[in-house]
Amino acid sequence: MSAVIDLPVKPVPRAKSAPANTLEPRWIKYVLVTIALLFLTLFLFIPLVAVFTEALKKGWDVYVEAIVDPDAISAIKLTLIAAVISVPLNLLFGVAASWAIAKFSFRGKSILLTLIDLPFSVSPVISGLIYVLMFGAQGWFGPWLQDHNIKILFAVPGIVLATVFITFPFVARELIPLMQAQGSEEEEAALVLGASGWQMFRRVTLPNIKWGLLYGVILCNARAMGEFGAVSVVSGHIRGETNTMPLQVEILYNEYNFTAAFAIASLLALLALVTLAIKSFIEWRLHQSGETSADEAALMPVPHELPHPARST
Amino acid sequence: MTSLLKPRLKPTRVLPGFGLTLGFTLFYLALIVLIPLSAVFLKTFTMTWEAFWSAVTSARVMASYRLTFGASLIGALLNVVFGGIVAWVLVRYRFPGKRFIDALVDLPFALPTAVAGITLTALYSSNGWIGEYLEKAGIKVAFTPLGVVVALTFIGLPFVVRTVQPVLEDAERELEEAAASLGATPWQTFWRVILPNLLPALLTGFALAFARATGEYGSVIFIAGNMPMVSEITPLFIITKLEQYDYAGATAIAVVMLIASFLLLLTINLLQAWTRKRAGKA
Repeated sequence: MSAVIDLPVKPVPRAKSAPANTLEPRWIKYVLVTIALLFLTLFLFIPLVAVFTEALKKGWDVYVEAIVDPDAISAIKLTLIAAVISVPLNLLFGVAASWAIAKFSFRGKSILLTLIDLPFSVSPVISGLIYVLMFGAQGWFGPWLQDHNIKILFAVPGIVLATVFITFPFVARELIPLMQAQGSEEEEAALVLGASGWQMFRRVTLPNIKWGLLYGVILCNARAMGEFGAVSVVSGHIRGETNTMPLQVEILYNEYNFTAAFAIASLLALLALVTLAIKSFIEWRLHQSGETSADEAALMPVPHELPHPARST
Repeated sequence: MTSLLKPRLKPTRVLPGFGLTLGFTLFYLALIVLIPLSAVFLKTFTMTWEAFWSAVTSARVMASYRLTFGASLIGALLNVVFGGIVAWVLVRYRFPGKRFIDALVDLPFALPTAVAGITLTALYSSNGWIGEYLEKAGIKVAFTPLGVVVALTFIGLPFVVRTVQPVLEDAERELEEAAASLGATPWQTFWRVILPNLLPALLTGFALAFARATGEYGSVIFIAGNMPMVSEITPLFIITKLEQYDYAGATAIAVVMLIASFLLLLTINLLQAWTRKRAGKA
């Protein structure tokens, strides 16, 4: 970022590969690369390959059969429902929160930012527990819900609520630093030129934040579909009714139906790979187009380089 | 930087939508996060102090704290060492497949924990690809505390890499060249120049990995074996209590875990402020 300003001062053309040779012996480089690759092989590559190998162990037919199983299909449907509800809700929240926080100044902003981050630092199990305490039979609203015959816990609404909680900060966290770095001159200019508030948002703000928005949405979606701990607490594990894909994986695995468990797991692993691919693509796009403005400044240090606990599934 | 400051200095609000967006933000935050979370604390207020204390200090739960925090600590330390090396290699060296590897470092973020859990268990059980060889060497990983460490190392892998990477990218290599030209050995340059510069980022990464590991559930329960007193993590113990309809007991332990994670969150914020200050100075 600062390279543009530093450039005239720098005496030597490019110090990219030279110091590596002047500073450390070659063998150190090879040893370090080997250690890194061994570590990543052990912890990343082998597990990734293992998911698909285990899933396809008994052949393609068994694999397909495991996926078209009615319980599996209903788990896939429920996972999609949870994501389809929670992602747009948190998208709406993310846009509203980042607009208020990035474009205006008010007291208590840093407290608000910390509060938005809270769901990231809470154990998934506790994220489920809080809804049990609210809607369970002994919970705050438990008796009232029972009287009115409304089921939240051990039913779809509970699963959706837990998913919304778990994925709450994703979009907001991507958008806030991005919009802060962009400032509000462009929006102000649009207003001065006679745009309505909505026109300004659609024509100016939205194009500026679209990549950050997409970034937040895909991370939010990956987490929504893959969440296990929180959903496990509120689901009740009713087969074909309240099982999401990760819960279905657990049930099949505990029944020693390993091939079927890994078949569902392989779908989730594919989702993870697609998420990583889109994420890399967005980062690459930003890198390509970002040399002009605040885009890069905003997206380099804050959102994806500094991960947060429990940002994943 | 200047664009960051400008909106704050503006005395009047030109842009529309402040009331609406802030109002919605606060309403949604209260509804989804604050009210449900407060339920945990309010529930414990219904307990007597003695009941609370005995719930959070029973022998079985103490054993689970030791395992959860101990394994998280080892996992985070492993990630500081190996994650640091991975970050260094990714920033400083060129080798085939680097871009692919860089993208894949985030896999533990993106892979659902249940998938990670069953996969690691399959790999490290006695007939698994890795467990088979470890078994011959007399090491049992799956269904022992060691398995918990493996799962928590996997989960924490991206944190150190992703916090150290940008700092290394921004590091001024002129300093290292200066040290070398002043007669420092590579070892001295590493200890005196490189490591002090990376320290805040390494500590932040460590704290993030540790915080993530203490609350982790999905990837651990498959590989741990979940034997009370031996390989039972605290989040699982909370679920066990819930399944026994001991809501108060579960909530009491949850409060302990929540306080621990709030303290960690505070530490992480301070460490990140330190990292930014360092980066600003450099």
